[in-house]
Amino acid sequence: MASIKVFGHATTTSTRRVLLTLHEKNLDYELVNVELKDGEHKKEPFLSRNPFGQVPAFEDGDLKLFESRAITQYIAHRYEDQGTNLLPADSKNIAHYATMSIGMEVEAHQFDPAASKLAWEQLFKHIYGLTTDQAVVAEEEAKLAKVLDVYEARLKEFKYLAGETFTLTDLHHIPVIQYLLGTPTKKLFTERPRVNEWVAEITKRPASQKILQ
Amino acid sequence: MMGTILQSRLLPPPPPIKLSHSSLLFSPSQQHSRSNLKFTSKSSPSTITMASIKVHGVPMSTATMRVLAALYEKELEFELIPVDMRAGAHKQEPFLSLNPFGQIPALQDGDLTLFESRAITEYIADEYSEKGEKLMCPGCNKVKALTKVWLNVEGQQFDPIASKIAFERVFKGMFGMTTDPAAVQDLEGKLVRVLDIYEARLSKSEFLACDCFTLADLPVIHYLMGTDSKALFESRPKVCEWVKKITARPAWAKVVDLQKQ
Repeated sequence: MASIKVFGHATTTSTRRVLLTLHEKNLDYELVNVELKDGEHKKEPFLSRNPFGQVPAFEDGDLKLFESRAITQYIAHRYEDQGTNLLPADSKNIAHYATMSIGMEVEAHQFDPAASKLAWEQLFKHIYGLTTDQAVVAEEEAKLAKVLDVYEARLKEFKYLAGETFTLTDLHHIPVIQYLLGTPTKKLFTERPRVNEWVAEITKRPASQKILQ
Repeated sequence: MMGTILQSRLLPPPPPIKLSHSSLLFSPSQQHSRSNLKFTSKSSPSTITMASIKVHGVPMSTATMRVLAALYEKELEFELIPVDMRAGAHKQEPFLSLNPFGQIPALQDGDLTLFESRAITEYIADEYSEKGEKLMCPGCNKVKALTKVWLNVEGQQFDPIASKIAFERVFKGMFGMTTDPAAVQDLEGKLVRVLDIYEARLSKSEFLACDCFTLADLPVIHYLMGTDSKALFESRPKVCEWVKKITARPAWAKVVDLQKQ
C-alpha cells in the first residue's frame, strides 16, 4: 500500500503539479478522487485535510500537507536522492536555492494568476456552459506577455528558469501551460523563441506526458 | 499584487532621517542617490561594519517590511537603500537589473542578488539559520514542510485579500482616491473565512506553522490594524492573541520605527 496519498482531482492544475512531481521521482502513490462537482472539497472529511477547501491535499505516512507548492517542495527534499533531482544541482548551496525560490514565487504571484484566468476563460468556463469574456482575455494576455518577456530574457542566459537544470521552478508552470497550448494564448509562447523552446522541452518530458493520460 | 498597485502610484520621497544613535549612519540624498541608511540592531557603537546585505526598497511597502522584519529577527546588519518610487526608479535601470519585474524590494548579499520578498526571507532564514531567531520550524523535512504550507497560505490565501483591503482603506486615501465600500465589504467577507481558519489553527498551535514563530507569522497585517478591519482580528480570541504576540516583537517595533522616520 502506498504511504503517499494525494486527495485531489486529476484535471486540476494544482493536483497535476503534485502528480508531476511524484512521477518525476518515480514514487508510488494513491490518487484519491475528490468529486469537485459534488462540492466534496468544501465539506468534511476533506476540510480536515485542507481547511481552505481546495485540492490537492497530501499524506505521507502520518504527515499531512496542503498547498501544492509546499507539497512539491516537501517531496523534492524528502526524496532528494530518488528519480529526477528537482532541486538545484548543488542543493546545499543556499544562494542557488534562493534563485530557485525566486522563480517559484514569480510563478505563483506573477505567472499563475494571469495564466489561470486565461485557462478559466477559454477552457473551463465552457464546461459549465459559460461564455468567454474576451475583454478579460485581452487584459490577462497583456499581463502574461510582460512576464513572458522577462522569461525570454532570462532563458537567453540559462537553459531553464533557475539555471542549467530542470527544477521545481519549471515544473510548477507545466500544468497550466499544457492547458494554454490548447487555446489562442499559445501564440504568446510560440512568438518568443527561447520561451517556445523551453515550453517544448518541459512539456515533452515523460512525466509531463503521464499526467495528461 | 499590492506591490504592483502601490508602485504605480506616486509616493512622497523618503523624508530625511534624523538619527540620534552614533552607530546609525546617514548621508543626505544627492544626485546619485547616496542616501543609504546603515542599520545595526546591536546598540553598541563599536559594532559598525560594512554591511554586505543591502535592501533596495521603502519602509512603507509591505513587501519591504517583510524582509526588514526577517533581517531584524536575525539581528543582521544591513543597508536600506531607498528607491525613488515617485520618480519611477523601480521601473528603470539600474533597478531593473536587480528585479526585472520592477518591484521592490530587491536584496543584495555580497554578489548574490535576490527579489520576491518571500524568497528573500526564506534565504535569510536558511543562510543565517544559526543567527538570531529561528524562522523555520525546527527539525526534519517533515516539520519544515509545515512552515512551507503556512507560507503558501499567507501568500496565496491571506495576502491577496489583505493587500486589496489595505489598498482600499489606506492607500487610496493617500492618493486622493475614494474607498469603495462595496469592494471593502466583499473583501472582508472573504477575509473572515480565512481568519476563521486561522482561529481554528491557532487553537491547536502557538503560531501558524508550529509552536515557534516562523516566517509564516511575519506581521505584515500592520496596515489593517490601523483601520476598521481590525475588528475582524480582535473579535477572534486566538487570532487577537496571535496579533498581539507578533506585533509586540522587538524586531517588528524596529520596522515600524523606520516608517515613522
